[in-house]
This record gives sequence, structure tokens and C-alpha cells, in this order.
Amino acid sequence: MGELIEIQEFEASEDRIWCVSWNPTGTLLASCGSDKIIRLWGREGERNWVCKSSISDGHTRSIRSVAWSLCGNRLASAGFDAKVTIWERDGQDFVIQTILEGHENEVKDIAFSRSGLYLATCGRDKSVWIWEYNEDENDFACAAVLTTHTQDVKHLKWHPQKDVLASCSYDDTIKMFIEDNDDWSCACSLDSHTSTVWSCDFDATGKRLVSCSDDKTVKIWQAYEKNNREGIRSSNGIYPVWKCVCTISGYHTQTIYDVKWCPLTGLIATASGDNGIRIFREEESKQADAPPSFSLIASNTTAHLQDVNRISFHPKEPGLLASCSDDGTIKLWRIEIKSS
Amino acid sequence: MDLSSGPQNLNPTIYERTEERTVQASDYDNDASDEIDRREIFDLIRTINDPEHPLTLEELNVVDLDGVTIDNQANTVRVQFRPTIPHCSMATLIGLSIRAKLLYTLPSRYKVGVNIIEGAHIQENQINKQLNDKERVTAALENNHLRAVVNRCIIASDA
Repeated sequence: MGELIEIQEFEASEDRIWCVSWNPTGTLLASCGSDKIIRLWGREGERNWVCKSSISDGHTRSIRSVAWSLCGNRLASAGFDAKVTIWERDGQDFVIQTILEGHENEVKDIAFSRSGLYLATCGRDKSVWIWEYNEDENDFACAAVLTTHTQDVKHLKWHPQKDVLASCSYDDTIKMFIEDNDDWSCACSLDSHTSTVWSCDFDATGKRLVSCSDDKTVKIWQAYEKNNREGIRSSNGIYPVWKCVCTISGYHTQTIYDVKWCPLTGLIATASGDNGIRIFREEESKQADAPPSFSLIASNTTAHLQDVNRISFHPKEPGLLASCSDDGTIKLWRIEIKSS
Repeated sequence: MDLSSGPQNLNPTIYERTEERTVQASDYDNDASDEIDRREIFDLIRTINDPEHPLTLEELNVVDLDGVTIDNQANTVRVQFRPTIPHCSMATLIGLSIRAKLLYTLPSRYKVGVNIIEGAHIQENQINKQLNDKERVTAALENNHLRAVVNRCIIASDA
């Protein structure tokens, strides 16, 4: 068993905080929310985290998400004002590099690919946009508009090694998009949740995916490559095929808004509308072919006073987790696992 | 949402209003503390104006006391409402007004669910899903036009 220990609480805003995200080196935590302000939090001294800067001139409505580029010199924000703003580091500050327009209404998420070549955005207009980075012009150009989802697209996640994008939607599905000869297409639809899929995350290998939903369950999905020994075939001839191999249910009493799979520890963390944060660990299976199973090893059902909207694992320090909530606070947590 | 066309249900049945809550001596006692009950929740929503008629949701029997449940241990509030006709295009707006009123008045610890009574609307599931997606509700209430319409339903009720 383990414990979830609160390290620090910041009163970040009077309003809802929608998103927190660590930069790739873990020196800065970016936050955003209904007050239309992006804040950057950094260490002061050994332990104390403080607001290093706040950016308030980017959006005219709620900022739903912020994301970092792999190099850490670029920050992107998605707003309900239909805009995507790209910020570039200029000394200690971040200044607007460009504004990407194209979505019809609320933009809900943004994500930089690990290759650094692409930026993906999605929103209520049901579309996923892929933007290609042009180094010479230091600008992004639209490479594809994917309209496979039939509803609101809530969340995006790039594969940790390949240019493969996963998107979660109000249409209860997750879609995987791949690139082939400059052509983007939907490779696979992951249909098993019975309500809105709010978030998903790959494990460190990229061979598995975890997702969470309004149906109050967490699901683990496995990729099956071509000629897999289980004999799982693709309906459209495109591999890998993703299948649900485990459903974690019975723990959450409200919508699960976020799920993260820590690449350093392999732990899965969830953020829920029931105010709780929960940590799951995979059980070691006794048989090689046994389906995976996960157990709850730590939780705090009153982690915040209101809905927990997003969590982010620190990229360098194992077991350090940031969370944000409708209650306007951001908290830092340490997961401690006791050897039994 | 098209608000310019005339009302769909031209001659709605009008229902009696419930009596005002009886004021008790403890209501004036600042030291007395009691939990929020379902009658108080009902009082918050029964006076909301219908978007089409100069009538309240209670007078149109869109909401009644039986449709309100509260659990103070779990901090949950559930409101079920009944659109006057099963194809009412105003159902989402009515639900949004109920949600907005409770959002603006109830303590933030409550988890509020707003749903159409089972079988009372042809797009029941679709509307319920939309009303209980907080991201969509937030975005809707940030929309100036929609917020003005919702506020008209809510504010007039307190006059």
C-alpha cells in the first residue's frame, strides 16, 4: 500500500483551474483556467513553489489547456475563444509567437508531438487539426483537418515514440490517427466506454493506453501489431489494432476527468469530479498470458474541495504529482509506497 | 438555438403554485444551523421563468417537489424536470437555466445533476448528456447571447 502526501497548496485563482502541465525538465508548472490567465510556477529555495509569472493577454475566454513543446521553449494554450496561442520563451518571459485560427468555436486541447514536427488541436467543432512546424519560417501550417469524430473532441495525446495521435471524445470513443505519405487518417477506433471519454495517456512503451470516462471507469488498452500471435485482425488493414484488456470500475463516484500513466514509476493516477485523486498499480501476474489487473494503492477522496480537473506527473522526480481543481487551488503531492 | 419563432406549445396547462414555506421562529435565529433541504432547492428553481411563456417552471409543472432530491452526506443534488411537450426545443435552455440558478446560489460543495424525467422528451439522453457536461455548460454560460437569455429566465423570477 501507499500514501498520497500533500506537499504544498497554492491558491492560484478565484476561479476554476482547468489544467496544469510540467515543462519537460520539471522546473516550471504551467496552469490555466476560467480567469483567462496562464501562470508559471517555479521553485524558490529548496521546497517552496511560487508564481514566477502570469500571462493575461492571450485569450478573451476560459483557457482550457496549456502544453509544452519538447524543448521547453514553447508553450501553447487552447481557449474557448476558438484560438490557439503559441508562446515563445524570451529570457524569463513568454511572448506571443503566433495565433492559430481555424477552429469554429471552443478549442479544448493542444499537444506537441514528441518528434517536434507537429502540433495537434481539437475542439467542440468535432475536428482534430494537425499543424506542421516549419523551422525556416518559425511557423505552423495546417497539415490536416480530421473529422472522424461525430462529437466534441475533448483531449489529445501523442504516442511517446511515433507520430501517432490519440483523441478522446464526447462521442464515447478514442481514435488513433497515423501519417502515411503526408496523409493523415484514422487507423483505429477504440469503442468500449459508454459515455464521454475525457482523457487518455500512453505508457512509457507506447504499447498500452489508459483512458477515463464519464462512465466512471478507467480502461487499459493494448496494441496488437500485424501478425500478432493472438490472431487479432484489423478491420481496415491498418495496424496496430487496439483492444480493451482491463476495466477498472467501482472506485469513482463521479466523472473521471483525467488519467496519467507515469513513465518513471508505471503508476496510474486519476482525477475525478468526486474531488478525489487515486493511484493504481499493476499487479504482477503469475501467468504470462493472464490479463493485466490493477489495484488501488493510494487515494485521497477529499484531495480538493471541488472537482479535480487535471493532474500531471513530474517528468524527473518519481512520485511527484501536481493537481488542479474547480476550487481554484493547485496542489503538489508525493506518492509514497511502503514495501509490504 | 432558435428563439425568434413563436412558442411551440401555445396553450399550456397552468398548474397551481405551492404555498410559500411557513416561516419558523428558528429562521430568525442566527445561531440555529440546519441543513439545506429539498424544499429550499425547490424554492430556488420553481420561480424560474419559462423562456416562452410569462409563467414559472412550477406553474407549467416543469418542476415539482418530487423531482428534487438532496443528500447532504454525499453533497449531491438531483433535479428532474418535465418539458411541457416531448419535442420541446426549449428543453436544453430550461435545463441550463435550472443548472445556472443552482450554480449561482448553492454552496460549491454540492454536485448537481439536472436531468429530464425518464420518457418526457424524445431527445432525453442527448439533452441529459449535454446538461451534465460541465465543460459544455461553462462554455454555454460564457456565451454572451446565451447567458443573457438564461439570466432573463433566472432574474425575472426574483422580481
